[in-house]
Amino acid sequence: MSSDKINADKTIGGLPSPLRRKLLLGMAALPAVGLLPRGALAQALPTDAVNTTKLAVTDSTVKVGILHSTTGTMAISETGSVQAEKLAIAQINEMGGVLGRKIEVIQEDGASDWPTFAEKARKLLVEDKVAAVFGCWTSASRKAVLPVFEQYNGMLYYPTFYEGLEQSKNVIYTGQEATQQILAGLDWVTKEKGAKSFFLIGSDYIWPRTSNKIARKHIEMHGQKVVGEEYFPLGHTQFNSVINKIKLTKPDVIYASVVGGSNVAFYKQLKAAGIDLNKQTLMTISVTEDEMLGIGGENIAGAYACMKYFQSLKNPNNEKFVAAFKKMWGGESVIGDVTQAGYLGPWLWKLTAEKAKSFDVDKIAAASPGIEFTGAPEGYVRVHENHHLWSKTRVGRARTDGQFDVVFETADLIEPNPFPKGYQ
Amino acid sequence: MFEGYSLAELGSIFAMQGFAGLILFSVFVLMALGLAIIFGQMGVINMAHGEFMILGAYVTYLCSTFISSYAPALFPVYFFIAMALAFVASGALGMLVEWAMIRFLYRRPLDTLLATWGLSLILQQVFRSVFGAREVGVVLPDWLMGSVAVTGTIEVPINGLFVMALTTAITVAIYAVMFRSRWGQGVRAVMQNRVMAGAVGINTEKVDRYTFGLGCGIAGVAGSAFTMVGSTGPTSGQLYIVDTFLVVVFGGAQSLIGTIASAFTISQAQSTMEFFLSGSTAKVLTLLTVVVILMLRPQGLFVLKVRR
Repeated sequence: MSSDKINADKTIGGLPSPLRRKLLLGMAALPAVGLLPRGALAQALPTDAVNTTKLAVTDSTVKVGILHSTTGTMAISETGSVQAEKLAIAQINEMGGVLGRKIEVIQEDGASDWPTFAEKARKLLVEDKVAAVFGCWTSASRKAVLPVFEQYNGMLYYPTFYEGLEQSKNVIYTGQEATQQILAGLDWVTKEKGAKSFFLIGSDYIWPRTSNKIARKHIEMHGQKVVGEEYFPLGHTQFNSVINKIKLTKPDVIYASVVGGSNVAFYKQLKAAGIDLNKQTLMTISVTEDEMLGIGGENIAGAYACMKYFQSLKNPNNEKFVAAFKKMWGGESVIGDVTQAGYLGPWLWKLTAEKAKSFDVDKIAAASPGIEFTGAPEGYVRVHENHHLWSKTRVGRARTDGQFDVVFETADLIEPNPFPKGYQ
Repeated sequence: MFEGYSLAELGSIFAMQGFAGLILFSVFVLMALGLAIIFGQMGVINMAHGEFMILGAYVTYLCSTFISSYAPALFPVYFFIAMALAFVASGALGMLVEWAMIRFLYRRPLDTLLATWGLSLILQQVFRSVFGAREVGVVLPDWLMGSVAVTGTIEVPINGLFVMALTTAITVAIYAVMFRSRWGQGVRAVMQNRVMAGAVGINTEKVDRYTFGLGCGIAGVAGSAFTMVGSTGPTSGQLYIVDTFLVVVFGGAQSLIGTIASAFTISQAQSTMEFFLSGSTAKVLTLLTVVVILMLRPQGLFVLKVRR
């Protein structure tokens, strides 16, 4: 089965009906997908050949790990990623798995606690010997597990847009790094709104600070002005003072990277203070459809968000993805940027394993650059030498119903540049 | 930062900033009142205070969902119904908790700290299982969102005014209950000398239960009101707990007046510094000031003179 064919027609198939799933389980030996007898591929690729490093691979199965927080404060954000990864794995299994082997998932809970993430990563790699792990959300959790993945030579697919300044043989970054997400958005708002002055506001930790550093350089390089730059502790709920400061400085654009519960407080108080986002341009890099649920569409309608994926994207891949996601997780579910990036992980891993004809982590790492996935809901993506993805950047305008209207998308894929020269 | 502005513009900004400080003050008082009763009067360190607030917020969420689908005509005023229900729900849970757990732990303040912290974790996970890990959006009636233009340039948020009015009403009500009613007299008697109060025929167990319930109920109302300014999620209560304890401890644990004075000091300091400095620096300086004052005056700003 060539990867082209997978990309062309199988990627986005729906889930099997319950009956069909039962058949698959019950009659594993019978023809399951296509007309190939199950195990034919496995025989063509014996376990000894595809697994030389004692990973948990048998003639019919391969084990992978999912490592996200399902409890604790980050469960709010990470739930969507878990759902997307499970959807992708279910779809891959329906097509016959990877190298003729069904994927079995071992899920661990990082519990929003970074040392726990490291401990669970070690467990997945050392005890369970999983072939790949899909997981982590915050940069802090990724930084905590990175030494573990490098020590035990594991493979991590990391879904969140993040601040960059990192690259590892053992990680594939399926979200955007900061320059991919930020620069195109700033250029758009400059061109479209004639923006001359910016007010940067964010939560006080590494991602907003690094992102705003890049944004500030870019703004000042183009002769525009930053009239304010403010950070608030995570969980801060009182923004009235800074809103007055915004009123005083009258920026053309409010550039927001506030996260978590603070987000809700920030937008509600902006609205209550009489700042109409249809008149005052606000661009955020931290509000996806997930966050909109808590903020309430009526409080943020009119704001612009800049990222690579919106649920409302119009393309056949995405329409099928959204339908399959809702079928599996309920019609009420929403899909944000990171959820979509989480969905890419298992697919990229499958395509890479098929190119490498192996599950060995070294071979997967070496084969990753150049892997193309045409079935991605966000559209075509490709893995770069630096293990990040080439991807487009889009600007969406928030609607009252909690979705975005896509108002701009870059013409070309943007090259990932995790160590941007001149921006640090 | 003020070059190029007219005097009138600056005046408006400072007026609005003044309001911002007052709103923050009301928010702090509202958060802290329930805890001041429980911690100050009963000596119970209630780490689950934030979760009682969030229970109120979830009740408001359920109310808004229910009323908008079954009785849309009531929607503009549903908030008042929601606050009443939030008081009842949090108060009832509070009394249950007092009966099942707290009453075995009086005179052991450190154990109540651990027990209520455990309770807060349990409640968070319950919220997560029932309402989902994601934050829920509470839809507010239109008249609560937006602002009043006092003059052409001064705009005051309506929900801020609403919180201010609510805080005033609740403070007055608590004052009346605690210091002007027979029941409040009983509460104060029990807190000052439990054995003696029992000896003169006050049912101390009952007083404890209702006092704890009252404190939790007020937390529920506060949580309900904060759906206007903050988020409603399983762990949102954690956002408030630090500030709440700060206000109560700084004010002097046993004094309601102290709580109010402390809320005023902290809120004004914070909102003024936030305006002139950056947000994180303002927070650091506020906490630093509080630490220094508590070092000089460990009992807090105000202290009740009681014979020990």
